[in-house]
Amino acid sequence: MTYTQGDISQQLVDTSVWSDQDLADHGIPVFDVPFVSVGGGIGSFSMVDTLRIAGVTVDQIRVVSDLERPSQTYEYLAGNSQIRTDHRLRSDSSSVIDCIWGWPGYALREAWGKKTPSVAIQVFLEPVAADYYTPKAGQVYESINREAARISWSQMLTQGVVRHVRRRNHGDYFVLFTPPTGSASTKRIAFRTRFVHMAVGYPGVRFLDDLQQYRQQHNDYQRVVNAYEPHDHVYAEMRHRPCTVLVRGAGIVASRVLQRLIDDRDQHGAETTIVHLFRNYPTGPQGKKATFRRPASKGWVYQGFNFPKAAWGGQMRDHLESLEGKDRRDFIDAIGGTNTAPRKDWREQLDRGEAEGFYLQGRGQVQSVVPSPDSRQIRTVVGGGNGVPTTQYDADFIIDATGLEANIEEHRVVMDLLRHGGAGKNVKGRLDVARDFRVRGTDNGEGRIYASGSMTLGGYYAGVDSFLGLQYAALRIHDNLVSAGFGRRIGPGRSISQWWKWARNTAL
Amino acid sequence: MTPTLSGRIQSRIVLLGTVGIVWTLLIGLVVPRPEGAAVYKGLFTALLIVAVVGIVWELIYHVLQQYRWEKDWPTVFGLVLAIPEGIVAWALLQNGVPWDARPVQASTFLTMFITLWILIWAITNGPLQILFLRWRYRGGRFIGGWG
Repeated sequence: MTYTQGDISQQLVDTSVWSDQDLADHGIPVFDVPFVSVGGGIGSFSMVDTLRIAGVTVDQIRVVSDLERPSQTYEYLAGNSQIRTDHRLRSDSSSVIDCIWGWPGYALREAWGKKTPSVAIQVFLEPVAADYYTPKAGQVYESINREAARISWSQMLTQGVVRHVRRRNHGDYFVLFTPPTGSASTKRIAFRTRFVHMAVGYPGVRFLDDLQQYRQQHNDYQRVVNAYEPHDHVYAEMRHRPCTVLVRGAGIVASRVLQRLIDDRDQHGAETTIVHLFRNYPTGPQGKKATFRRPASKGWVYQGFNFPKAAWGGQMRDHLESLEGKDRRDFIDAIGGTNTAPRKDWREQLDRGEAEGFYLQGRGQVQSVVPSPDSRQIRTVVGGGNGVPTTQYDADFIIDATGLEANIEEHRVVMDLLRHGGAGKNVKGRLDVARDFRVRGTDNGEGRIYASGSMTLGGYYAGVDSFLGLQYAALRIHDNLVSAGFGRRIGPGRSISQWWKWARNTAL
Repeated sequence: MTPTLSGRIQSRIVLLGTVGIVWTLLIGLVVPRPEGAAVYKGLFTALLIVAVVGIVWELIYHVLQQYRWEKDWPTVFGLVLAIPEGIVAWALLQNGVPWDARPVQASTFLTMFITLWILIWAITNGPLQILFLRWRYRGGRFIGGWG
């Protein structure tokens, strides 16, 4: 059979296990490299950083990505959700993404670099007598760039979009990707590799069904927006004329969007009225036991980070590791779910807004989202029940800040892995990984596939979608790779010598 | 920090058994010695009390930690708890528990106890992670809790 040379055929796509001959017949160039990370974002960065510190050389690692910098997607999403470089993220001081040791943390580095001892005092007193210290986005991005340069990230980066990760008939895998147009003589290229690391992040932005329906039916993508997509035009217009905006969601992104709206009132004279719609409305602490209770009030559930701190490295991590099936899902939901950070400045703004009447809260299930009778606004009808009457809100804009979750099957490579690679889904519908982040069911001879990041939520570790969680996963994967003969274990001696190199910014 | 009970006890014993011993030896060289060479008997008895009675303290801290949603142990707690622990250790020392190591001057005890406490507090709040990369994920354990 003849094929278009340099490209895949439908027959190859339909074949779960590929051979060297298959790719030769298709004229697809194959390059050997022991370790390939798919994604190229912060997940790939933390993995590769750990491996480089463990002594794995540049020629043994390839990162296939369409990103130029590891923090690129993160910066894009954070920027859209109104976190600019001088704003603070929701991340612990010791979750230092450019430093696998976590010390010195962001607070000490900020205190030292900017000669501001106040942030060091804050981290010392948190959370007892001060809000949690959290780093500025710009500091995080700069430090990632610095570390990426130190570990020679650009030399390991292969520009391209991965299409398939497939088993090879004699063990190992093929990672097939599409290089940028004009950069290669063939349409596809493949790596033949023993170890694959998947860190593809979120497949996409999720919209609430009723809002998606409204957008499509009325072709209105300007007035109903998602907090994770570019929507600066909304704030710009609200600074020019008095508007009503309806915000949906009660998580950290909703908090930040509300802060932006009220900052614009305070600093730029915007006359915006905010209607904040809650689906669930807790009014008091959550949890029946005194030993398992978190604060909640006026619709918000509060905790420092998206999970309790001990989920990253304490008794909650231990507990979650011991759970299976429904118990695991329920526990993750109980310690996570929709919540936000209890920051004093946010609370002050909302209390003031409530008192002055520019911040209103609504609650209940949305029944419909339709144009208002004069078509100048968008009408949201909220259903009653539980003694709450049916209400309707007319707004000039709707901002959906309910989250970034999306079905992993929407990601082409992950879907391919589910269909052809033996991978399965976990109790939360994400990619099923073991405690060491091996993707269950995908081993091939001596080859192994690992995954880290948001796509693995529902496994044995809750904080997968965080800086510290990515570093934890990288360390577990590193230890597993060592047991498979790849790299040397980072023990105390190597750890100290490598930290010293890190501190001196010595290139690896 | 987010210690487990086992991690609390392990960290205390390992750090007192290493940093604690070295520091106590050094402190013995600089404090006044009206009692002659017996100063080390008092200092090491104090160190032993902090280690052994500390296990009871850790049990109490662990129970208190259960009432924290985050199941964490804030940095400032680690420093402030020197006060009750120091008072109890001094009282035991003065009452000849576990054996009579008197006389121990209050200034000698305070010099050793306060400096050692701050040193270990500072080490466990960061630099220890440089040596033991997995320690923080293991809730303070050196043995167990990994893999």
